[in-house]
Amino acid sequence: MTGKEYRTITDVKGPLVFLNKTEPVAFGEIVTLRLSNGTIKNGQVLDTSDDLVIVQVFEGTSKIDREAGVTFMGDVFKLPVSTDLVGRILDGAGRPRDGGPEIVADQKEDIIGAAINPYSRQSPNDFIQTGVSAIDLCTSLVRGQKLPIFSASGLPHNDIALQIARQAKLKDSDEEFIVVFCAMGITAEEYNFFRSDLERTGALENAVLFVNLADDPAVERIITPRLALTAAEYLAFEKDYHVLVIYTDMTNYCDALRQIGAAREEVPGRRGYPGYMYTDLAMLYERAGLVKGKKGSITQFPILTMPGDDITHPIPDLSGYITEGQIVISRELHQQGIYPPINVLPSLSRLMGSCIGEKTTREDHKSVSDQMYAAYAQGRELRGLVAIVGEDALNERDKQLLDFSGVFEDKFLRQTRDEDRSIEETLDLCWTLMSSIDTKYLVRLDQKWIDKYHPDNKA
Amino acid sequence: MSNEGVIYRISGPVVTATGMSAAMYDVVRVGHEGLMGEVIELHGEKAVIQVYEDTSGIRPGEPVLNTQETLSVSLGPGLLTQIYDGIQRPLPTLEKEMGVFITRGVDADAFDLEKIWTFEPQVAVGDEVVGGQVIGHVQETDTIIHKIMVPPTASGTVKSIESGDFNVTQTVCVLEDGTEMQMMQKWPVRTPRPFQQKYAPDTPLVTGMRILDFLFPLAKGGAAGIPGPFGSGKTVTQQSLAKYSDAQLVVYIGCGERGNEMTEVLDEFPHLIDPNTGKPLMERTVMIANTSNMPVAAREASVYTGITIAEYFRDMGYDVALMADSTSRWAEAMREISSRLEEMPGEEGYPAYLSSRIAEFYERAGRVETLNGDDGSVTVIGAVSPPGGDISEPVSQGTLRIVKVFWGLDAGLARQRHFPAINWLNSYSLYPQSLDQWFRDNISQDFPEVRTQISGLLQIESELQEIVQLVGSDALPTDQQLTLEVARMIREFFLQQNGFHDVDAYCDIHLQYRMAKAILSFQDAAKSAMASGAQLGDVVNVPSRSDLMRGRFEKGYIDIIDSMVDTMTAEIAATVEDN
Ligand SMILES: Nc1ncnc2c1ncn2[C@@H]1O[C@H](COP(=O)(O)OP(=O)(O)OP(=O)(O)O)[C@@H](O)[C@H]1O
Ligand SMILES: [Mg+2]
Repeated sequence: MTGKEYRTITDVKGPLVFLNKTEPVAFGEIVTLRLSNGTIKNGQVLDTSDDLVIVQVFEGTSKIDREAGVTFMGDVFKLPVSTDLVGRILDGAGRPRDGGPEIVADQKEDIIGAAINPYSRQSPNDFIQTGVSAIDLCTSLVRGQKLPIFSASGLPHNDIALQIARQAKLKDSDEEFIVVFCAMGITAEEYNFFRSDLERTGALENAVLFVNLADDPAVERIITPRLALTAAEYLAFEKDYHVLVIYTDMTNYCDALRQIGAAREEVPGRRGYPGYMYTDLAMLYERAGLVKGKKGSITQFPILTMPGDDITHPIPDLSGYITEGQIVISRELHQQGIYPPINVLPSLSRLMGSCIGEKTTREDHKSVSDQMYAAYAQGRELRGLVAIVGEDALNERDKQLLDFSGVFEDKFLRQTRDEDRSIEETLDLCWTLMSSIDTKYLVRLDQKWIDKYHPDNKA
Repeated sequence: MSNEGVIYRISGPVVTATGMSAAMYDVVRVGHEGLMGEVIELHGEKAVIQVYEDTSGIRPGEPVLNTQETLSVSLGPGLLTQIYDGIQRPLPTLEKEMGVFITRGVDADAFDLEKIWTFEPQVAVGDEVVGGQVIGHVQETDTIIHKIMVPPTASGTVKSIESGDFNVTQTVCVLEDGTEMQMMQKWPVRTPRPFQQKYAPDTPLVTGMRILDFLFPLAKGGAAGIPGPFGSGKTVTQQSLAKYSDAQLVVYIGCGERGNEMTEVLDEFPHLIDPNTGKPLMERTVMIANTSNMPVAAREASVYTGITIAEYFRDMGYDVALMADSTSRWAEAMREISSRLEEMPGEEGYPAYLSSRIAEFYERAGRVETLNGDDGSVTVIGAVSPPGGDISEPVSQGTLRIVKVFWGLDAGLARQRHFPAINWLNSYSLYPQSLDQWFRDNISQDFPEVRTQISGLLQIESELQEIVQLVGSDALPTDQQLTLEVARMIREFFLQQNGFHDVDAYCDIHLQYRMAKAILSFQDAAKSAMASGAQLGDVVNVPSRSDLMRGRFEKGYIDIIDSMVDTMTAEIAATVEDN
């Protein structure tokens, strides 16, 4: 249904248009605006009353004047969904961007998405092998988890995300993931990088891309991830696919939120971001998981760049409060030439406990992971001490740990962009590397695993 | 004006209605779908309503109906083992009605109104009864007798009293004045339930976590705040408290947090045994789950729903513990609603009344003489999620002003995998004085002194560490090196406790005491051996000491710890001769 066109705009401010004397307009209703030059823009109702309606315009308000015609579309924003989505590239508002036909809809879904009933969720516990040692050993990813990458500008988070997308699999299974890729305000170059990689590996056929680039309208970014997640939910919970959602860059999304908040003259929260940003982000991140009685799943891999490399900045901070851990990329390791430059110390997978061990990965996984982490943490700390007191002041144990921290970075962390290590290879590698430390200092390893896996005993 | 008005404006969860007579906190039905809402402000003839469900698609002009009730919870048999959303709709019922996604416009009774319970009368015809008095018992679960009480406002002479099988809406007792009583009653969530008087707390809530019970004990009826940055252990601590603390009933509120964390509790609790009673944990638990992506107005209400349920069980004479994870999300819900109301913001955009709301909430904790003369308590433990981990922000500060126990979680400790990551240097409890008598009478006469020694050693360690940072530990005299060793033993053997360990996650309070004594025994034995010429290195490395320390991971530790200590002291004494 399309209704009457109104020419009652009173104010235009930032991305917002204010108009009065309309029909009763629904909260969240979709709006089209026709400019005097014929351009069509789209928007959504943010506030509605008998007297005043506030519309947020996705494409920005440039060239909108009081003469623009506004039509209310009678419904909230919905995405037409069907399995035809797979293999398609859409723009940030869900329109084809690949020159292909419109999506023939099986059904239309409200993009806001309803909350999963906590009682209906199923605990995630299937280990996903990413082939990246640092992740598989220390921050194991679980199917249905939301695990963001905390990165910063100039770091190779895109390579890591792509490597994970290429290599992610359930152990001993060929079941493939459908990748839903959601770009928010990234550069055309970054986008081409993603796209050509997906094309090169044939993954594009099993992917849906929603693309809003840096020069696309900023406000549109508010809906892009919602479209992506709506597609993901359809594919996971209606069509039984396992879906991996990668979105980048959450920082651009949050900046768009801030822009709208400012235009509405809301009282800002920390650093000018809206006070409701936690809830808003949760409405995205919580659309991950597994539900009872459905075969599919949604695993989320959001990428965000920390402004000023600051982990206490509201964007990483509020994300960390919602997600189930984080993978932190380190500029220092990157500058040392190590790929992937993952700093395992502040990284965490909160669901790891439920997915590792004898039945899923290997019996010694937890023990090895604890020991590798502890030895590396101590070795890193000693670097600071050595800088003050010199290496000679160290005792034997500390010397070994200090050396180990270098080996950890060089041999364990470092791998190539197409190196796909199985979890067994990763664990065996750990044992080899740890054998440079006297067993008596490896206090976190269970004796029974030392007997079974230590190279000295294996030979 | 009538009970019916129309919508004038919709702005997110806040809806304004006109043409309707309304009073503050009236519950209303909004729009054609009858979404539940609550009047939170009156402006001339406009009523401002917070709506507990998603409002998209709703239009001005749709009807609003005032039910003229206030937001209330249903109280009665059937509460236990339930999981509710913030406005007490059972999530299993919502699943049945809507499927796995929560849509809107569905009402659900708080519990099965048809279910038959066996009511055992506790009063007889002709008895005088007053508000709060127990008129009958229902065995609700194996562990909990649900006491049916006269509503706080009623009193009179019993005209008739039933016995036998009834559902919660059937009348089981009638008073001479015609008042009919059922097993279910209602109570408005924003009004504290009445009691006769508050007592000073004198009994600890024993949690089974060593750092809490030993160093920073919480009283039954007390209030504690757990602030900490993300990933520092608020949820694990709260869940451990729900599992192991010696409260008789637990109300667990997941307020604006993760869905999966609630699922975890739901998966786990039915299989867990309460170490204090040996019965399934679920049978003493009521859960409220209004996760971060569920409507914020219902999140705002969730803590009131929870605490009202807690008070109700308190009024039966039970010790109830309530966990709210996280109160910051509740405060943020208030902030969001307040900003939609265009109220004058206070600090960081929070409403000016934030700190008084926080104080009012924690004030509902307490150990009381109930209306029926019994002794009951509500202990409140609130998690706080300060932005960037910086507790100078309003929610942390508002909480710290009112609670007497502060368990400060520390990102650094969490990163070192020292769990629970509670900072022993800046955490505090103001209860020890009122609880010491209990510890002396029930655990050991010298319990408070042992605590003082343990915390003293940790203090000294932190001072020594500053010197070590500069000159290295080898430069310290051996007695101070020993102190560092003892302090390390306190940290690694005593304070660290893996919340997921099969055995060590819960530590009996008597065992806690003996472990602390074991550390002091080590210190004494080492001191005297070293005075006789033993080497620190030898003393520290006696094999029986690591056996002693590992013992905590095995069942039955409490039976052998004393003899392990004896072996250790003997071995330490023997290091003198080796020299
Ligand atoms: N007592 C503990 N024993 C063992 N591990 C713990 C303990 N406390 C915390 N952890 C570890 O730290 C992780 C994070 O803890 P938790 O989820 O409780 O953090 P939180 O403070 O609630 O974070 P958020 O604010 O993001 O919810 C856990 O997944 C677990 O790995
Ligand atoms: Mg938590």
